[in-house]
Amino acid sequence: MPKFVPLWTDVSVWLLVASGLAYAVMVLRSSNLRANWRKVFRDAGALCSSFILALCLVITVADSIHYRPLLKPAAGAAHDAVAYDTVTHSLLDLALSDLVDSREETYSRPFAYVGFTKESVTINGQLKRVAPRLAHGGAHLSDPEHQWGNDMLARGVGGLARGALFALVSALILIAFVARSRQARFASTAASIWRNEGEIPWRAALWTVVSLALLIGFVVSMMGYYHVMGTDTTGNDVLYQSLKSIRTAFVIGSLATVATLPLAVVLGIVAGYFRGWADELIQYLYTVLSSIPNVLLIAACVLMVQIYIDQHANLFETGAERADVKLFLLCAVLGLTGWAGLCRLLRAETMKLRELDYVQAANAFGVSPSRIMRRHIFPNVAHLMLIVTVLDFSSLILYEAVLSYVGVGVDPSMNSFGGMINLARIEMSADPIVWWSFASAFGFMLAVVLAANLFADGVRDAFDPRARAFRPRVAITREAKPSSSTSA
Amino acid sequence: MISYLLRRLMYGALILLGVNLLTFFLFFTVNTPDDMARMSIGGKHITQDLIDRWKAERGYDKPLYVNDAKQGSERVTDTIFWDRSVSLFELRFGRADADSGGDIGQEVGRRMGVSVQLALPLFVLQVIASTAFALLLVMFRQTRLDFWGVICCVVMLSISSLFYIIVGQVLFSRVLKLVPISGYEPGLGVVKFLVLPIFLSLLSRLGTEARLYRAMFLEEIGKDYVRTARAKGLAETVVLYRHVLRNALIPIVTSAGSYLPYVFLGSLVFESFFGLPGLGAYVIEAISKQDFAIVRTMVFVGSLLYIATFVLIDVAYTWIDPRVRLS
Repeated sequence: MPKFVPLWTDVSVWLLVASGLAYAVMVLRSSNLRANWRKVFRDAGALCSSFILALCLVITVADSIHYRPLLKPAAGAAHDAVAYDTVTHSLLDLALSDLVDSREETYSRPFAYVGFTKESVTINGQLKRVAPRLAHGGAHLSDPEHQWGNDMLARGVGGLARGALFALVSALILIAFVARSRQARFASTAASIWRNEGEIPWRAALWTVVSLALLIGFVVSMMGYYHVMGTDTTGNDVLYQSLKSIRTAFVIGSLATVATLPLAVVLGIVAGYFRGWADELIQYLYTVLSSIPNVLLIAACVLMVQIYIDQHANLFETGAERADVKLFLLCAVLGLTGWAGLCRLLRAETMKLRELDYVQAANAFGVSPSRIMRRHIFPNVAHLMLIVTVLDFSSLILYEAVLSYVGVGVDPSMNSFGGMINLARIEMSADPIVWWSFASAFGFMLAVVLAANLFADGVRDAFDPRARAFRPRVAITREAKPSSSTSA
Repeated sequence: MISYLLRRLMYGALILLGVNLLTFFLFFTVNTPDDMARMSIGGKHITQDLIDRWKAERGYDKPLYVNDAKQGSERVTDTIFWDRSVSLFELRFGRADADSGGDIGQEVGRRMGVSVQLALPLFVLQVIASTAFALLLVMFRQTRLDFWGVICCVVMLSISSLFYIIVGQVLFSRVLKLVPISGYEPGLGVVKFLVLPIFLSLLSRLGTEARLYRAMFLEEIGKDYVRTARAKGLAETVVLYRHVLRNALIPIVTSAGSYLPYVFLGSLVFESFFGLPGLGAYVIEAISKQDFAIVRTMVFVGSLLYIATFVLIDVAYTWIDPRVRLS
């Protein structure tokens, strides 16, 4: 039995997923929330990006279940002595064990079968500079110079075909599902989706599924045989690093925003509801916080955390645990320093709400202030909380890269986009240029952040109609369509 | 107005006191001076003697908040907290923690010049470029140009500024060899070192700013005075430039103004990437060397500038919008 290692961020991720599910159940039960979320998915960008985000979420969750494998007992050890590997693995590592094990000597280009740097080798008594064969990339080829092209083609087409098959099956399932909910016939539903009719833009969603399936099919069929995104300076697979970085980005984006919520919500509502000296004090607190330039404040806090961790190194059993605690505390620091904006917003909204008749009525009936704030104010400012949370998510992922560059980001031993960019900076100035690490970090980060931004825009539009001004207005045909669900 | 400004300044001083308390707590209570001494001296053979000497050299050899050994007001004044706070408010920043470290005040003064050289043109150009781009989108609103312009903005704001810097350096300095990759020289020659960071920084923030300004313009465009202006037969360009632009400037100044502190503090990332010896690079150096005295000072300087900026923005309001009276 391996030993499961519940890391701090793992537990947080599980809790977040659990509360996300609980929220989903709440949405399904409340017609109001359901109508709003329907509005989110009426936006093609939000719908498509939710597929990408869901995929990333699956990777994050798979990478958030950690364990240390049981080692075979050493030769001289007692029988009942149990020893665990010092390296902590996750389910994602297990799924990608091919990539983890296929370590090369050093750099290699994407899809290469020889190394990037040449070595001196003696062939028939002559000293020659040749690029050595890779240990894993293209190792199945006996005569790579002639076979490589055909092998790439065969595997590529095979992967695409499998991807297409998967896309077809999932498209059929999706259409059948839509047909059932519309109580229409399958063929007519398919035709209407193809004409992009209906409230939800299923056609765009289908295109997203198809392109994702093709891409993933291609990559999966290749990655056991080649390094799809090449290898880095220590020979590790770049694709694997990028996939691992997704978890770091997600943890920072979600944990850090969630960490701002308790302070922001409690203090914001209290300040707005009670006014007077409580308001003055809370205003003073967040003005002090927000008048310190953000990076400096975070840097100061993280430096302190770092010193604490360095001086208490014996608290942590493995390097992974230490890196993880650092990540967790980084999120906590981001949360403790970043609540001012939301707090200000909630305070202003609460001040408006408390003058409304229903709050006054509750007051007149003798409902206690804490109950009014919980039952009457909080549900009516919750949409602001949601909007700010999803908007902050993407900016925090971007922020992580900057913090890592400044030296107050995640632990260098942990894969993160910031860390990848930091290394790529040196590689990009090398000659010949080593571009694939950089390109991979760029591609993955852009995909995640863009998806998060588009999704956030959809959420903001649905929950805050005033924010429509951010949107381009060509797509006015869809918005102008009357829909029954908005009146629900 | 004078009394308003005075009140604002008093509140600013109060905020600075809070900042000071917070940073002191972070830097001296979370970690004691002994911890700092151990960090700074490094190595394995650290004796209490060494630590005491290190602390004495930097004036850290007093109690933190309350000195029980003294009588009367000296109980409070003969402490690290009092020393540090008073010297910060007198803008005497003292020496850096590192043994080779010089006087922080001099360094800050010298580097602030460099930061302003980079950030002031950047700030002005940023406002102009973003406003111009946003106006363009607004002028062609509800057309394909607007649609793709906004999409372009969203994509641009989804890219980390580090990518702009790295690609920009490779493209313009290594491949096209237009400008040097990094460096600094005093005098007019500095222009060739500043062009690229300014351009890239402009580009990296264009998406966010232009989209925001566009939303502000659109909000103004829906208002009654715009309809009146159109009704009296003004051309669309006149409506945009004379009426909408003027009114949208108020929110734009607020949002652009929040960047002003960075005009003096410098952009951390851009300065250090392009080898400009400004305040931003100073902070990064201090962080990597774990020099707490510098970081602490910069936190204070940063919030000082921030508070000053917001007083300035208030004054700017009266100038942009004659309706605003400060009271």
